[in-house]
Amino acid sequence: MQTLTNRSKQVDRSPMNFLERIYLWNIFKGMFITFKHMFKKQPTIHYPEQKRTFSPVFRGLHVLNRDEEGRERCTACGLCAVACPAEAITMEAAERLPEEENLYREEKYAAKYEINMLRCIFCGLCEEACPKDAIYLSETLAPSNYSRKNFIYSKQDLLIPNPKTETTDLEKAKGK
Amino acid sequence: MSETLFKVTIDNIVIEVPAGTTILNAARKIGGEVAPPTMCYYSKLEGSGGKCRTCLVEVSKGSEKDPRPMPKLVASCRTTVMDGMEVKNITSERVLTARAGVVEFLLINHPLDCPICDQAGECYLQDLSYEHGADKSRFEFQKRTFKKVDLGDKIQLHMTRCILCYRCVLVANQLTNQREHGILDRGDHAQIATYIQKNLQNDFIGNIIDVCPVGALTDKTFRFKNRVWFTKPVDAHRDCNNPKCCGEVRLWMRGDEVYRVTGRIDEWGEVKDASNGKPGWICNECRFDKKKVSDWVIEGPTNVNRHSVISQGHYVNSVLPQETLPEVLNGRQPKLLMDIHNVSEVNKPNIELSALDRPAHSTDF
Repeated sequence: MQTLTNRSKQVDRSPMNFLERIYLWNIFKGMFITFKHMFKKQPTIHYPEQKRTFSPVFRGLHVLNRDEEGRERCTACGLCAVACPAEAITMEAAERLPEEENLYREEKYAAKYEINMLRCIFCGLCEEACPKDAIYLSETLAPSNYSRKNFIYSKQDLLIPNPKTETTDLEKAKGK
Repeated sequence: MSETLFKVTIDNIVIEVPAGTTILNAARKIGGEVAPPTMCYYSKLEGSGGKCRTCLVEVSKGSEKDPRPMPKLVASCRTTVMDGMEVKNITSERVLTARAGVVEFLLINHPLDCPICDQAGECYLQDLSYEHGADKSRFEFQKRTFKKVDLGDKIQLHMTRCILCYRCVLVANQLTNQREHGILDRGDHAQIATYIQKNLQNDFIGNIIDVCPVGALTDKTFRFKNRVWFTKPVDAHRDCNNPKCCGEVRLWMRGDEVYRVTGRIDEWGEVKDASNGKPGWICNECRFDKKKVSDWVIEGPTNVNRHSVISQGHYVNSVLPQETLPEVLNGRQPKLLMDIHNVSEVNKPNIELSALDRPAHSTDF
């Protein structure tokens, strides 16, 4: 039979001799391999004490962005929701009132914005679709939870801290 | 007397049309990509066309008797056919470059606010620039800006988005008793206005929303409520008391809520004639006030072009898998672990945004 690689070995079915029958030699051989690994580099990462560095393209938990003046960037255009293959994003839009101009960047804004993290597959298409630079996938793992209902993330869960009023929170969120 | 038929060749397709037909209408008879796009021409409105120049075509042979080509590109909506005329639309390089130029001109003052514009998704300028426009602008100056104006409590005018197609002026002229708005000033300053801020009150003035090819005139009762592609178009009718109103409309629904009522739009973006032969214009009462399912007799879902964004999420001919759980559980229904309305703040069953006749504000939630 033709073999796929030249590493295959024919199984030796000849009767074992005395040295082979007491297995001591084979045990020592195996123990030696185990012992050798004690001097090798450890591949395990002790999470959560140690954390792995994320690759620059890692797609984690979503954030909703604000502009430099702390106004919400999202205008509820619905492009993230229409791009979402898992149909995880829902929103309701509203018109900005004259006194809310410091809260929202455009005259239309997302009054409600929700991402169902049970549905989200972290593909990042919402980030790509967003014309207003409002939604980003951060380098944070989505935390686990005991209850399904805690996976519906509302706008308050997703918005970044206001760079004008909550500067310390923002620095903390950035990991500084 | 038998009608004289003229033989025209448009993009190598031969068609016979009666004398006096415009090139555009002859091309629309062939249909498909051969028909030039239009922004200002509206076949149901007399005197429309000739303004936007998107329907420019090349006439490579004038007629059988005078075979010289026309020296310049002609507006197909205003040029009538001749016997033996040969027209090039998408087969002509000149036409395609000219059309790209026209799109660039139309976009010079058009703001890039599609994310907040209610027309996005059914906007003809969006389609046109997607098909013919360049992906970036060479215009480096300030766009002209206007303040948004309320034309009455139901119609919103965003003059910045207007491309001055005059369709709404013609609607007001031909459908209503008295026109109350028009184009003021000239050239770069030209704008749709009521001169002194006035409400448009006529019964049929709502049709200016339907004829507007861009988002300059939008329905305030639908303003910011939903994106058009998240609502589902349904054909419906009702007995309207108004003798001029055809009563046949398109409802834009989400669940059982009627978000918006418009006329029935055909493949050329114009209102379809009603089944009884009346023109398809609808009155303001049908458009703005009848926002309940019980007001309408629903005929069925509208056929939406598969390539339109409005058809997203419409899964036609889908077969639901048979529910096996109740069978296995001796008729008991499976226990729901979570009702999304208990957790979700969006689409609360007790808040009906469609019932508001103005855009939603933070106070409504």
